[in-house]
Amino acid sequence: MQAESPLVEVRGLTMTYGDFVIQRDLDFEIRRGEIFVVMGTSGCGKTTLLRHLVGLKSPARGEVLYDGESFWGADPERRQLMMRRFGVMYQNGALWSSMTLAENVSLPLEVYTDLDRSEIREIALFKLALMGLAGFGDFHPSEVSGGMQKRVGVARAMALDPDILYFDEPSAGLDPVSARRLDDLIRELRDSLGITMVIVTHELDSIFAVADRSLFLDPDTHTMLAVGPPAELRDHSPDPKIRQFLNRGRL
Amino acid sequence: MACSRQPNDELVIRLSGCWTLAEGIPSIDDVRSECDGTAPPRQVRFDTQAVAGWDSALPTYLRGLMELFASRGIDADRSGLPEGVQRLLDLAAAVPETEVEAAFAGDSGLATLGRAALRHWKSAIESIRFLGEIWIACVRLASGRAHFRASDFALTIQQCGAEAVGIVTLVSFLVGLILAFIGAIQLKQFGAQIFVADLVGLGMAREMGAMMTAIIMAGRTGASFAAQLGTMTANEEIDALKTMGISPIEFLVLPRLLALTLMMPLLCLYSNLLGIAGGAVVGVGMLDLGVVSYFDQTRNALSLADFAAGLIKAVVYGSLVALSGCLRGMQCGRSAAAVGNATTSAVVTSIVLIVIASGIINVIDHILG
Repeated sequence: MQAESPLVEVRGLTMTYGDFVIQRDLDFEIRRGEIFVVMGTSGCGKTTLLRHLVGLKSPARGEVLYDGESFWGADPERRQLMMRRFGVMYQNGALWSSMTLAENVSLPLEVYTDLDRSEIREIALFKLALMGLAGFGDFHPSEVSGGMQKRVGVARAMALDPDILYFDEPSAGLDPVSARRLDDLIRELRDSLGITMVIVTHELDSIFAVADRSLFLDPDTHTMLAVGPPAELRDHSPDPKIRQFLNRGRL
Repeated sequence: MACSRQPNDELVIRLSGCWTLAEGIPSIDDVRSECDGTAPPRQVRFDTQAVAGWDSALPTYLRGLMELFASRGIDADRSGLPEGVQRLLDLAAAVPETEVEAAFAGDSGLATLGRAALRHWKSAIESIRFLGEIWIACVRLASGRAHFRASDFALTIQQCGAEAVGIVTLVSFLVGLILAFIGAIQLKQFGAQIFVADLVGLGMAREMGAMMTAIIMAGRTGASFAAQLGTMTANEEIDALKTMGISPIEFLVLPRLLALTLMMPLLCLYSNLLGIAGGAVVGVGMLDLGVVSYFDQTRNALSLADFAAGLIKAVVYGSLVALSGCLRGMQCGRSAAAVGNATTSAVVTSIVLIVIASGIINVIDHILG
């Protein structure tokens, strides 16, 4: 029963900036253990949708449900508790620049667990090692490359063993090899840990490489056009806009 | 460039020489006057056989011409242009996929005023909310539930305490010196040079010590708070804290506010002493007062209440500087330019608030006697 119900449900979500509607009437669900991709052209509101899902921006209308429980309807303390179930990797890593990589990963553990210092450091170094960053614990974010910063961002998002990981443009600004490695890492983490992944991206290679299902947001009509496996959408979608996007502009 | 008219209402534009940016782009006024003359041409042809070389200067010039012809309804035959130029013109003329919204283009002054008012209103509400959040965080701190790292707190104390000593030394010493100079010129006329000690002592302890320290800290620490928090906002680091369930107010603002509010009275006291020393240099060196008599006079003039008044001001100024620095940093937009604006705004806000607070405290002090 638990396994059947969706993990995240979005119902009639409308997002605005002031009077400007970005997307309206979004309705979709994210299933347990899947890799769900939110795609669309630049400026269609992908990142804004992410900000609504993780609690940074409240919806103008509609609802986000985690395990059937209203996220925005909950009181702030309860919402904080629900937020602990997910980790977020921001576009440029958003590492706290005054702390070392290990401290970045440690901070959530320091706040939310009763472990002592050495245990926390062990865990942080382990998470960094999982991301291929063994031995980099005492570096500062400015001392490592962009690709490494993103992987530290993933390690930090995973610090508290979340059920859901959100990624904002994971492959943006990475060379093809690093982007590919990050995609592989995402798949690997899902397969080994069963974490549900939600990825905001417009990189076609990533979409086809990792996505189980995808959501297409349209900037012109300000609403979602389709949900489904990307390969199926590319070949069989009735909407030329989606086929065009997924075929890199060729119809 | 030369224009020549053909009998059949046709204008031929002959281009020659080098069309490069280094040569400059000629004005299209000649052609415009030709088009607006008594008998405007109906079509235009180009002859570019004598053009020796071109870069983006040529298409830029031609684009202006094309717009002119289009607006006059004149048919332009582009076949005489180099092929590359034709392609560039086609590319530039392609309509963008989505129309650019002419946002606020034709705004009246009234609308601009209204928008500015709304913006200030929003900013005022944000400031009040910020103060409220700080208050809640302080209460949580008092009940031992607030979370920030002790190492951050210690680092901030070092930055806005120990590291500021040098500049405070210099400025306070000079301010004491200047006060003594101003006093000496006047008091000498009455033969009352010894009262320079009173003037400098009271002036530093009650007013100038706290004020000068606060202004130094506004420029030094307030600006750096705004820049640090602004960069963190721009880099989504604040968002990352929020989604971790860590309050940025507790984690970032509280240690800074506490550190500066604690360090300000110490720096102010230090500044008072340095200012008095500066005054003594003038008193002893220029007015021939003895060192001992100068300090005796200072001690008699000053009561503990005078120092207390200065220290209370220092605490108030310190918290104002920290609050405006952090507020502007948290309000910062998501670009490098926004960080610069936040920094400027933090310093201006701090200094304005310091001066206003100084006025209010002095009035209260006066009423209470």
